[in-house]
Amino acid sequence: MQALARFLDSDFLYSFRRNPVAVVSALVLAICIGGAVLAPLLAPYNPFDLASLSLMDSFRPPAFIADGDASHVIGTDDQGRDLLSAIMYGTRVSIFVAALAIAFALTLGTAIGLVAGYLGGAVDAVLMRIADVQLTFPAILIALLVDGILRAALPREFHDRMEIWVLIFAIGIARWPQFARTVRGSTLVERGREYVMAAQVIGLSSRRIMTSHILPNVLGPVLVIATLNLGLAVLDEATLSFLGVGLAPTEPSLGTLIRIGNNFLFSGEWWITIFPGVTLAAMVLSINLLGDWLRDALNPRLR
Amino acid sequence: MFAFIIARLFQAVPVLLAVAAISFAMFAYVGDPVSQMLGQDYTEAQRIALVKALGLDQPFWVQYGRFVWAALHGEFGLSFRLAKPVGGLILERMPATMELALVAAVLALSVGVPMGVYTGIKRNGLLSRVFMVLSLIGVSLPTFLIGILLILVFAVLLGWLPSFGRGTLVQIGGWSTGLLTLSGLKALILPAVTLGMFQMTLIMRLVRAEMLEVLRSDYIKFARARGLSQRAIHFGHALRNTLVPVITVVGLQLGGLLAFSIVTETVFQWPGMGLLLIQSIAVADIPVMSTYLLLISVLFVTINLVVDLLYYAVDPRLRIGRGGRH
Repeated sequence: MQALARFLDSDFLYSFRRNPVAVVSALVLAICIGGAVLAPLLAPYNPFDLASLSLMDSFRPPAFIADGDASHVIGTDDQGRDLLSAIMYGTRVSIFVAALAIAFALTLGTAIGLVAGYLGGAVDAVLMRIADVQLTFPAILIALLVDGILRAALPREFHDRMEIWVLIFAIGIARWPQFARTVRGSTLVERGREYVMAAQVIGLSSRRIMTSHILPNVLGPVLVIATLNLGLAVLDEATLSFLGVGLAPTEPSLGTLIRIGNNFLFSGEWWITIFPGVTLAAMVLSINLLGDWLRDALNPRLR
Repeated sequence: MFAFIIARLFQAVPVLLAVAAISFAMFAYVGDPVSQMLGQDYTEAQRIALVKALGLDQPFWVQYGRFVWAALHGEFGLSFRLAKPVGGLILERMPATMELALVAAVLALSVGVPMGVYTGIKRNGLLSRVFMVLSLIGVSLPTFLIGILLILVFAVLLGWLPSFGRGTLVQIGGWSTGLLTLSGLKALILPAVTLGMFQMTLIMRLVRAEMLEVLRSDYIKFARARGLSQRAIHFGHALRNTLVPVITVVGLQLGGLLAFSIVTETVFQWPGMGLLLIQSIAVADIPVMSTYLLLISVLFVTINLVVDLLYYAVDPRLRIGRGGRH
């Protein structure tokens, strides 16, 4: 209770309330995430229920257009799925993939950064060289190639079943070096502190020192990077799915929906691609705006 | 200078060898060419003979050495999908990607730098605010969405520009160019704008941030005190000193342009290397994938080297001592 009161009174919340851009983007983001998480409860239809789909319903335009239909607010796609419901479920998939991919990148990157920074020497040199080399390539290219290699290496049927996990792995692998570099930097600083020396003197194992003593002290900047990377991971997933190497149309994410809609752009059914596109753009824009505000709010030099 | 270039080249070689090892490992461990070549009916003796003939019984290092040797001679094997030599396939499509990426880079620089300077000088002006909002949208919209929106507006609704392909091409030696015909140029506009948009906003924001930083510095105050014209201060003194980070980012982003050309080429069905890669990934065409990886890393390493050399040209401080920090 006291902690809550202190939070409500903090500079942090004050600067948030004073900044209309931050408030609006937080609101947009909350709507996106809320709609996605509660999709099974809120969505007007279940787009995965094949029995309820009818091709008679396909390509219905949005309700606000002349020959629209009030039962499908923003129209239907080529298979007769209600677009609003498909977008809500699609956002759910997009956020799920992005969040798990970043969690994976964070875990892997933090572990590597800790080991490299604490042990130093040859281990450090090799690990950081790998990170450097990977950082010269854009993350999306790495994700694309990792996904391609796994597609070739895994048996077809197994790959199709594990598609979403392959995607999470590919995006996570593409984003670990940034975490590793940051954690290594802070670990190098922490390694020289007295509390680490004390732990070494009483004979704790390196592993114990890294996980229970240094780790809590290097996590701060990692969380900021994770927030900023979340937006990028959402874009990675959408891009891969749009390119057709991500998720299949049976379990569409926002990128898959845009890909499907792109096929019908020329025949005049613009809404199938535009509405998922607007959702994606609004979500990423608000993550970026919030990230900008967060960076400024946490930077005492700018006050 | 010379020693610096040699040192950088020696640093680049292990990176390239490591990438070559990865792309060779893709060849060696993913998929089974022997069973594909043998077909359904074969005896064990036939299989062993083929393995011997292909040199697959040799140790990893010997095979890897032969792979690197062949790659240095431009031989990358056959595409599984098209049954043609991969080197030729990629070379054929290289001009399309290069023209697209270069035009996008020029576009991004020639629009991004002036916008950045303007928003840096007139930081609270109305136009500056409009530019900043636009740039934020440009950063947040994914490349493929920008492409789709441009197609919707300029190809579907207005019908001004083509939405796919390269238009009429002219062959100059082995290089097919679309820059010399009207339809080729028209076909290039939408893809180049799509690809250059992200870089443009990035350059603009970077130049703006650097300008703000530099304009606060003592030597700018001194220049003002000397009574130099605004123009001389902004362009002769301030902009010049923002160039080092700008060159770094632009150089590194040139690699990004090549990577994101994969997306742009898919949206516009632009017949370049990126579209080839996507078509190959979809059917697990390993030779094309590993060759693309090799080729793009050679390009990236070259770009990094050129960026380092440009530092030298722009920042005289780096010429003292040998190479400095980088």
